[in-house]
Amino acid sequence: MRYLPLDDADRAAMLATIGVETVDDLYRDVPAGAYLPRPLPDLPPHAGEMAVMRSLQRLADRSVPAGSRPFFCGAGCYRHHIPASVDYLIQRGEFLTSYTPYQPEVSQGTLQMLFEFQTQVALLTGMEVANASMYDGATAAAEAVLMAGRVTRRHRAVLAGNLHPHYRDTITTLAGFTGFNAVSADPRPDGREDLAGLIDGETAAVVVQTPDLFGNPHDLRALAEVAHQAGALLVAVVTEAVSLGLLTPPGAMGADIVVAEGQSIGNPMGFGGPHVGLFATQSRHVRQMPGRLCGETVDADGRRGFVLTLSTREQHIRREKATSNICTNSGLCALAFSIHLSLLGEAGLMRLARLNHARAAAAADRLAAVPGVAVVNDGFFNEFTLRLDRPAAAVVDRLADEGVIAGVPVSRLHPDRADLDHLLLVAVTETVEDEDIEALARGLAAAAA
Amino acid sequence: MTTLLFTRDHEWIRRDSADSTDGTIGITHYAQDQLGDIVFIELPEVGRAVVKGEEFAVIESVKAASEVYAPASGTIAAVNPALADSPALVNESAEADGWLIRLTLANPAELDGLFDADGYQAYLAELG
Amino acid sequence: MNRTGRDTRPAGNTASDGETRPLVLETPLIFEQAGPATTGVDLPDPPPGPPRLGPVAERASIGLPGLSEPEAMRHYTRLSQQNFAIDSTIYPLGSCTMKHNPRLNEAVARLPGFADVHPLQPEATVQGALAAIDALAGWLKDLTGMPAVAMTPGAGAHGELAGMMAIRTALADRGETDRTHVLVPESAHGTNPATAAALGFEVDRIPADARGRVDLAAFKARLGPDVAAIMLTNPNTCGLFEGEIIEIAAALHEAGGFFYCDGANFNAIVGRVRPGDLGIDAMHINLHKTFSTPHGGGGPGAGPVVLSDALAPYAPLPKVVAAGDGRFALAERAEGAHAKSFGRLKAFHGQMGMFTRALAYILSHGADGLHQAAGDAVLNANYLMARLSAVMTPSFDGPCMHEALFDDRFLKGSGVHTLDLAKALIDEGFHPMTMYFPLVVPGALLIEPTESEPKRTLDAFADALIGLVARAAAGEADAFAAAPRKTPRRRLDETTAARRPVLRWTPPAPTQEAAE
Repeated sequence: MRYLPLDDADRAAMLATIGVETVDDLYRDVPAGAYLPRPLPDLPPHAGEMAVMRSLQRLADRSVPAGSRPFFCGAGCYRHHIPASVDYLIQRGEFLTSYTPYQPEVSQGTLQMLFEFQTQVALLTGMEVANASMYDGATAAAEAVLMAGRVTRRHRAVLAGNLHPHYRDTITTLAGFTGFNAVSADPRPDGREDLAGLIDGETAAVVVQTPDLFGNPHDLRALAEVAHQAGALLVAVVTEAVSLGLLTPPGAMGADIVVAEGQSIGNPMGFGGPHVGLFATQSRHVRQMPGRLCGETVDADGRRGFVLTLSTREQHIRREKATSNICTNSGLCALAFSIHLSLLGEAGLMRLARLNHARAAAAADRLAAVPGVAVVNDGFFNEFTLRLDRPAAAVVDRLADEGVIAGVPVSRLHPDRADLDHLLLVAVTETVEDEDIEALARGLAAAAA
Repeated sequence: MTTLLFTRDHEWIRRDSADSTDGTIGITHYAQDQLGDIVFIELPEVGRAVVKGEEFAVIESVKAASEVYAPASGTIAAVNPALADSPALVNESAEADGWLIRLTLANPAELDGLFDADGYQAYLAELG
Repeated sequence: MNRTGRDTRPAGNTASDGETRPLVLETPLIFEQAGPATTGVDLPDPPPGPPRLGPVAERASIGLPGLSEPEAMRHYTRLSQQNFAIDSTIYPLGSCTMKHNPRLNEAVARLPGFADVHPLQPEATVQGALAAIDALAGWLKDLTGMPAVAMTPGAGAHGELAGMMAIRTALADRGETDRTHVLVPESAHGTNPATAAALGFEVDRIPADARGRVDLAAFKARLGPDVAAIMLTNPNTCGLFEGEIIEIAAALHEAGGFFYCDGANFNAIVGRVRPGDLGIDAMHINLHKTFSTPHGGGGPGAGPVVLSDALAPYAPLPKVVAAGDGRFALAERAEGAHAKSFGRLKAFHGQMGMFTRALAYILSHGADGLHQAAGDAVLNANYLMARLSAVMTPSFDGPCMHEALFDDRFLKGSGVHTLDLAKALIDEGFHPMTMYFPLVVPGALLIEPTESEPKRTLDAFADALIGLVARAAAGEADAFAAAPRKTPRRRLDETTAARRPVLRWTPPAPTQEAAE
């Protein structure tokens, strides 16, 4: 077996050193009857690399990769081009096969990268500090609500109706188990929702997404003021990180915590994971922030170096008093994010964001010209909502059969809202070409006919 | 005459006299030594009521975090303002400049049974 | 020419402190290298046109530096060279299972049918991805002997959260809301009490006996109508199999509680013991430990949690379900058979990229290979235990499972601390073991070699440790306190880092002169 270096001679010599006859003797503490001295029957035996690749290639071929046809899905997960150098660098064994940098003297590579990542995230979100990443955007949003509870010592969260329903559900699951009362507003596809009436003196967090589920960017300043007057924290959610290359960031609009899904930068869609949650806040809240943190210090020779710090907030030390039960971050995805963002730089990110916006604007204009199709949004970044003249899910399925992945029908995310079932979310990134937009327009026209 | 008493959890309380209801509270030299370099101290709000045995502060060192418990019930009258910027004061002067809070005692009789200085030293000797 | 057989290592080569050496190359922060104008990505010009951003203004500047592609390659390559990794050295961190990460798994994860697929594409277009999840789920159920598995948790601690949420939901469904206490052995991972407390349970500690196992009498005495569950790691954090686990499960079930098993150490028993045969109700599986998905410098992980029939109805959504004719569907709503689900834990369907890697690993090993891998992991740990017991002090009598636990008694009087020994090991070219964990053992040293190490590496590691122990005994405490000396950085000042946290780069303040 290619992954096991010991041979039988090694094993025999080692057993002799230990002073037992067989490996089975080392399992003598296992209750009799529960120990399996032979491999489980009815399961396949080991296989060579060629055979494994062949069988998994066959499985993979049963999916339709996004790159193989016109593709318009978004709703919290976006298809962007990833430079080849990003995927090469994250596969360097020193990054790929190292662990959490608990021994800083031999982990400066990971630590310096995390310090750079934290700074990039802080700059991008317009906040003062960021952590070393979370599982994904939705879990980051749930942790933000709990953090707001610790800061305000209150237990009520107000969730915008245009928050991604998966984020809403992730928050309400965790909230329900932790004594939080989370109230959700109704979705408003046109983006004109007013949360002020739901905010009261018991509110810990107001959670709002920009651009929202339907693609509408939000100016958060008035809402931030209302939240702050009530003593609540404003939690801003960004599910498309590339939008931060063009839009005024939530940190400049009064947000107290910004959480984001960082997948868009450096990471493939991967059927939904692993992705990378970004989490940023103001310095004064740093000790209530969940997740790992890397900080700068000096070594015994006075040279700059980096360490994991403020770890007394974490589960392995505080145990039942920890800020969160989380121990891993999303290290390798954070690395991919950081490398891709370094390659883009400010100039490249802004250009990428403008390109996305321009592609989406061109698509919105073209699709609005299709009979029976209307664009719902006044404003958008790279994703907008179409209102069709019939249920969108059936149209999407039909177009999929015809070779166009048309987008995400809102009914997939809001299955209980019959009033939204004609709505289709369409994301248009830099990877979409003019002929893709034409194919979608033709498909929608044919479906409406 | 000043009285100084100690708890089994390594807090001290100092008062101007045995019947005074104004106590200054901190952790002992032994406790700071056990914690190592202290990096942050979370102190309560002035005016908060605490009951005997309740956690009123958290002291963080690099590797550990430790709760500090009220040796008696009362109301927080003051917190040491110097600790926000200089938590190391507790390492340097645990039983003087590194005090944590001033407490207005609700019932000084609750302090009966705490160690005096000699008793606390004997207790430490027992701990080894 | 070197025909005389002389030592090829030059005498007196003591490269050390702060010396600039080839192949230990520094790289400044990206913010110190470049400005906002440079970019390493060529993109077409966006066509002109008015922005249509609704009420939000365009941002003016961000402050991000950019690197050209060669600069980026050099920066990250240099950073990588400052890391120890499994690819370069034994990484025997106890309770972390740092085993070989096969590159086949990386290739599989990047197949477009798995990687270039959107989570909300029509189900008909993601059948391969769903089939892969189902195939891995099948293996996990077979290997654990459990009837159900929830695949969505993002890491071990998340799986633990899912399992305990299922338990709390099941208790509420039974009307047993008075069960508010969770029993956690003293030796548990910190996540266990953190998870229980996060869900509002009271955490009660159960002491260990002199053999490093749960004190069965103390455990039984604590059982009662207020107990919701026990959270027990098996093999436990001392690297020992809980031999009385079946009795523990029986007593707990008799008293109406659920058995949560922390599967962090499953690598010791995979293919040799099915946790389902031991009476557990839930167990998370760290795919990055037992099934070799890369640790990636701290994630991403994946933490599927297997569940008993009693807990399966409460599993989180979404779930992959068979739809007949070899096809699969996603159950995303709490309705029908899934009406009792406690809800959603994560944005999408789980850590797909980790599932495909784990599946490639499992298929490569097969049932026989996994059986052998667990045996080799346990053999390697016991071999180190045997070789080191002469000079170090094992905490408990053997045999151990996949990790060997020592305490610091052998260092008594030497002036050398556990930490110093670990740091000195770095200078010998090895990654240290886990230190000061489990907390129940003073000065703990927990060594988990995994099955990936050949015997000669184990011998070299043992020889190095034996040599260090001799030096400690010989009174070289000062040298230990100064270690490591050969690393890119020497010991770092963690106190300053925590007292005055600097958590991001900030532009240097303008000098007085410039400001005036």
